[in-house]
Amino acid sequence: MTHPTITAKSLDLTFETNDGPVHALRDVSLDIKKGEFVSFIGPSGCGKTTFLRCIAGLETPTAGEISVNGMTPEEARRARAYGYVFQAAGLYPWRTIGGNIRLPLEIMGFSKAEQAERVARVMDLVDLNGFEKKFPWQLSGGMQQRASIARALSFDADILLMDEPFGALDEIVRDHLNEQLLKLWARTEKTIGFVTHSIPEAVYLSTKIVVMSPRPGRITDIIDSPLPRERPLDIRDSPEFIEIAHRVRDGLRAGHGDGPVDE
Amino acid sequence: MSFRAIFPALSVVAFILAVWTAAVIPMNAHLTADLAARGEMVITPEAPRDRQALTGLGVILKNPGIIPMTYVLSRPRLPSPHQVAIEMYDTIFTHVPTSRRSLIYHGWVTLSATLLGFVIGTTLGVLLAVGIVYNRTMDKSVMPWAITSQTIPILALAPMIIVMLGSIGIQGLVPKSVISAYLSFFPVVVGMVKGLRSPDSMQLDLLRTYSASANQGFWKLRLPASMPYLFASLKIGISAALVGAIVGELPTGARAGFGARMLVGDQYGQPMVTWAALFAAAITAASLVAIVSLIERRTLRRMGMVAT
Repeated sequence: MTHPTITAKSLDLTFETNDGPVHALRDVSLDIKKGEFVSFIGPSGCGKTTFLRCIAGLETPTAGEISVNGMTPEEARRARAYGYVFQAAGLYPWRTIGGNIRLPLEIMGFSKAEQAERVARVMDLVDLNGFEKKFPWQLSGGMQQRASIARALSFDADILLMDEPFGALDEIVRDHLNEQLLKLWARTEKTIGFVTHSIPEAVYLSTKIVVMSPRPGRITDIIDSPLPRERPLDIRDSPEFIEIAHRVRDGLRAGHGDGPVDE
Repeated sequence: MSFRAIFPALSVVAFILAVWTAAVIPMNAHLTADLAARGEMVITPEAPRDRQALTGLGVILKNPGIIPMTYVLSRPRLPSPHQVAIEMYDTIFTHVPTSRRSLIYHGWVTLSATLLGFVIGTTLGVLLAVGIVYNRTMDKSVMPWAITSQTIPILALAPMIIVMLGSIGIQGLVPKSVISAYLSFFPVVVGMVKGLRSPDSMQLDLLRTYSASANQGFWKLRLPASMPYLFASLKIGISAALVGAIVGELPTGARAGFGARMLVGDQYGQPMVTWAALFAAAITAASLVAIVSLIERRTLRRMGMVAT
């Protein structure tokens, strides 16, 4: 039994807006163990991104406790516990792909030699060999997102937090990247938190699926996937896969039903 | 640069020259008629007072024979393009650049003040922008004053600056540079504030996940992101700086510089001198903007920010 890496206990987070308070998270409790691949799925406004940002210390919960590797998220961040991948690749246009991947290494003060070694290693990991000197605009959207994953991997954080990283990409590129991401996860044994809108993506990737629902943002179901860690793309046609997908869909529907009517 | 690229600009130039050339005739009609009447020619109507009642075009229609003369007056109301061209050629090429009769000499006087003012204004503008972006108090306090500063007519302010600095013994280049800086810092402030604030929240969050310091955020994200905005501002700033230097030469009877030439031409009835200085100033401004554009293209291309 591995010790949980991330523990959240009854997290509440309320944003004060001009239209009154918005309950982004209410009573969210979750344990994530080392090496797990956890997906957060739910409609917009269910707090899945907010929860991920709480883990990363980018948002501060108004109540409840959260710890990462036994530290507060702030401390964990300073200890370089996570790499964060955003919805858009967000590469700096004035830096080459290599330069972008080097950015966190420069900020964290790695030596020049180590920077070069690490850049080469993670570029190999995301299959971007030979593109080090290219500028972002010379790469496709999928390649840019891979570069941003490499950037998040470069400083060897244990935890990789991904906020709908493939949301803007087309289906075929997304399938390919999902497959690559699983391989990468198997090779690096990282703990991954992954926010998505897509049921097949969540089921295909995860060892644990967290279904959330909006107003207030809360967890409605946590599904431990019985699928093996080794997953070819065609596992998506297996009965087990379809069964989990059904359960996720039911969870989403239930969450929608008992909430207030959409404004 | 290919012909295709400069054709539109050339067309505009040709159009302006055509309008100008046509305008010379009616503009100079009365002067020419008076001059011709003093000579041998018969002009209708004969009395100068009667001619004053007519428009320039009216005088020409009654005396089409004086048309060629309108182009060769020594002190025309509106000099013709070729007269200005000859004046420019004479003052640029036939005198050594150190001579007071050389337009190059006067150009350098104005240009040096322009460049010094531009450097001061740009530095000030960038520093103020950094302050505004990083300091809440400066954000609230400096920007309104920067905007207010540009609502004061520079023509009213320039003599005061020159006289006040002169009274404490500062003369020549510096007071003009101060006016140049006054005009050129503003676009730099506005552009740099926008540029330094251009990184979106995602890019800022990314740096937070690395626990980057404010310093690193500035050098690695905000400053490079602001470069396109800075160059746009510099192009406005450098032409504003030239205007500032010329305005600085006008009020105190400066004896050198484009502004001084314009004033001298006006006061001594030598319109060609005024016009030549005017065109030389315009060419100088265009060249300065072109140089900034060239540096912009080179820099942004090296930064990978322009698709090549």
